[in-house]
Amino acid sequence: MLLREVGYARPESLAEAIQLLAADDGARALAGGQTLINVMKARAGSPDALVDLSRIEELRGIELGADGTLEIGAMTTYTELLESSEARARPILGEVCAQIADVQVRNRGTIGGNICTSDPTNHLPPLLAAIGAEMVIYGAAGERTVAAGDFFLGVYMTAVGTGEILTKIRIPAGRADGFAAVTLGVEGTCIVSAAASVNGGVKVALGCVDAVPLVVAPASAGADDVRAAVHAAEFYPPSDVHASSEYRTHLAEVLAVRAAAQASEKTKG
Amino acid sequence: MDASAPAVSTSRSITVTINGTTYEREVEARKLLIHFIRDDLDLTGSHIGCDTGNCGACSVIVDGELVKSCMMLAVQADGASIETVEGLADGDELNKLQAAFKSKHALQCGYCTPGMLMSSTALLRKNPKPTEDEIRKGLQGNICRCTGYWNIFEAVKEASGQ
Repeated sequence: MLLREVGYARPESLAEAIQLLAADDGARALAGGQTLINVMKARAGSPDALVDLSRIEELRGIELGADGTLEIGAMTTYTELLESSEARARPILGEVCAQIADVQVRNRGTIGGNICTSDPTNHLPPLLAAIGAEMVIYGAAGERTVAAGDFFLGVYMTAVGTGEILTKIRIPAGRADGFAAVTLGVEGTCIVSAAASVNGGVKVALGCVDAVPLVVAPASAGADDVRAAVHAAEFYPPSDVHASSEYRTHLAEVLAVRAAAQASEKTKG
Repeated sequence: MDASAPAVSTSRSITVTINGTTYEREVEARKLLIHFIRDDLDLTGSHIGCDTGNCGACSVIVDGELVKSCMMLAVQADGASIETVEGLADGDELNKLQAAFKSKHALQCGYCTPGMLMSSTALLRKNPKPTEDEIRKGLQGNICRCTGYWNIFEAVKEASGQ
């Protein structure tokens, strides 16, 4: 398919990249392109210019700190994440990345692209919200850190502003996490997803029921408490060809209970 | 604006090596890698099935990684080493995987075959003795509209000596 004419630049540093993004309102960062290129084919988006982030070293690599904190470069692909020995410090990351689409998409798609797209059906927004990730954003004014809960602002909208780039994702230590989803076919697009973490308190983040991940904090990981917490949250999921609003509400409870049970099981090991 | 930032342009000169041959071409930034391979270089073995990133018929191996070449711009492949289905056989001599596809009748209309072969190639390099589940997972990104999956799995098994 022929895309609309588009400009292209391939900066080699973050400083160059933010200059390019700040200089043109119609410029968009190109990460792995597994969403953006299809969006451009469908003419659902028509950037004037693409700023290809693939050659920027600062956006790569996975580091495991002495306290168990993981710092993951935004351009890390799903395949790199699921094959990384460092990333095993938080096993749920690789487990969920292994469920995203297929080999080809996992080889090009990036963690940064997944969350900056802020598509409610993506796997990583609820997961990162549940496990208490922080996003590091870089722009002309320097670096700032945004908690996952404040990062997702709406469908396709995040805290990353014009002329800014998500550089890395910081993930605290922890192992007691779970993820459950009902998808379109095995490992397809999520109809509803739920991520849970029992790391001190219990947190459950629901995907596909609202514009951004819906985070609830049940009193315990027990099924009754989780159900009660989801029930108490006010949300009105959209209806579409895959599921009615009522069915999504039902799935949210079921999947929250499953994800929390997985997370709770891992506290015993 | 700092003079160091590279210029934005709607086309650029790229160099790619495909199946050992190096090509240097001027390409538009909007050109998908699959179109560059098929239209500019006349390597028409890689197919375009859906153009939406779903079917995997355009799968090629870029710098050792299996990708769908309709979900990558040609300019993103600048400097890359690419393998396509044309690189598998040695002259008229089919490689082991291709021979297994032939002996196991792993193709009907043949449209998905170039992508299936490249995905199987990538799979067997990472995992020379895949289980049936691993074969399914390795070929998950490739759709066969003839639904001839069983024979394709059998061919991959045969090529892996199982």
